[in-house]
Amino acid sequence: MSHAANETAAPAAGTPVAEETSDTRPADQSSQGGAGGIESFDIVLKVRRYLPEASEESYWDEWRLTMYGTDRVLDALHKVKWDHDGTLSFRRSCAHGICGSDAMRINGRNRLACKTLLKDLDLSKPIVVEPIKGLPVEKDLIVDMDPFFQSYREVMPFLVAKGQEPTTERYQSQADRARYDDTTKCILCAACTSSCPVFWTDGQYFGPAAIVNAHRFIFDSRDDAGDMRLEILNDKEGVWRCRTTFNCTDACPRGIQVTQAIAEVKQAILARTF
Amino acid sequence: MSSATAQAPAKNGRGTLYRGHGGMWSWVGHRVTGVVIFFYLLVHVLDTAMVRVSPEAYDAVMESYKTWYFALGETALVAAVLFHALNGLRIILVDFWKGGTRHHKTLLWVVLALWAVLLIGFSVRHLTLAFGGH
Repeated sequence: MSHAANETAAPAAGTPVAEETSDTRPADQSSQGGAGGIESFDIVLKVRRYLPEASEESYWDEWRLTMYGTDRVLDALHKVKWDHDGTLSFRRSCAHGICGSDAMRINGRNRLACKTLLKDLDLSKPIVVEPIKGLPVEKDLIVDMDPFFQSYREVMPFLVAKGQEPTTERYQSQADRARYDDTTKCILCAACTSSCPVFWTDGQYFGPAAIVNAHRFIFDSRDDAGDMRLEILNDKEGVWRCRTTFNCTDACPRGIQVTQAIAEVKQAILARTF
Repeated sequence: MSSATAQAPAKNGRGTLYRGHGGMWSWVGHRVTGVVIFFYLLVHVLDTAMVRVSPEAYDAVMESYKTWYFALGETALVAAVLFHALNGLRIILVDFWKGGTRHHKTLLWVVLALWAVLLIGFSVRHLTLAFGGH
């Protein structure tokens, strides 16, 4: 995004960098220059801040910004960080919904900032951005993801195929491939796990994301460690902690039917036992 | 796995509530009604145990149950039990019926409709008895 493409000249020494605020920018639908024809609007961005080096307390920070119809919440955060307050901290890498870095709570629900268009939100009210719940906040919107990845590792998220190594590729029918297609889409953004009320209060729970990634291998016809994974998840802190609130299914930016995947693992455990 | 419950203190203006949908709120309702029913059971054990003290004490307790405010309380109790029972059946379906996860929203509406019908039926009968005399 280049809202400030006209600011190329380096500022003279001593003069502050010209800061673009909403006051100096022509508001409303005036189709100006680079943004030709794209609607623009004023938004209020309200972000939950936590700066441990300054204070132990979290607080709310607000910015009024002029944004465009093609902008996402991530663009608004960029605008704040680049033009207004460089201390604002958040994670993002690819910015296109693939890397899974920028999961955050937008207007009370877990979303990827890079996949949430501003124009789809209610702009008459401030857009409220908070870190995802249930994981320790390190700074602003950045949380400690270690517990999340720890439970991911525990379900052995890799192919285990032993004996009779094929000399050609491992054959899998289209139907067998389709069996676990939904759960291959996971990008490990933690939006599901941190939307789960059980996970908020019980950090020991594996969480939806780990179960989804176990599902991806349990139902893979080439994999031989399904029983072991089912054994791992047949635990007090495993699939049976799921209370089917469907928050995870709603939060998943990839549209994975998370609760259904968990239910399928539950049924697989029971089918194996009897 | 290490515990992940420690949150940054949020005293200065609290964080917002997670805006879940029907699934989350039915779960909250299930928890609340579960706790309500549990406390009712405690009281119920106590009042039936009064018969061990003396039949008169038991009768005295039973007499107090026939007042209008206990009738309202009983209606609330039946509301809680009905919701907990119907929603419990829904959760079983979501967990173990193949189409359960796909139709969970419909199932919730069915639960709420059944709950309303049964509760209205019960309330009419129970409250006319309680307020209208015998």
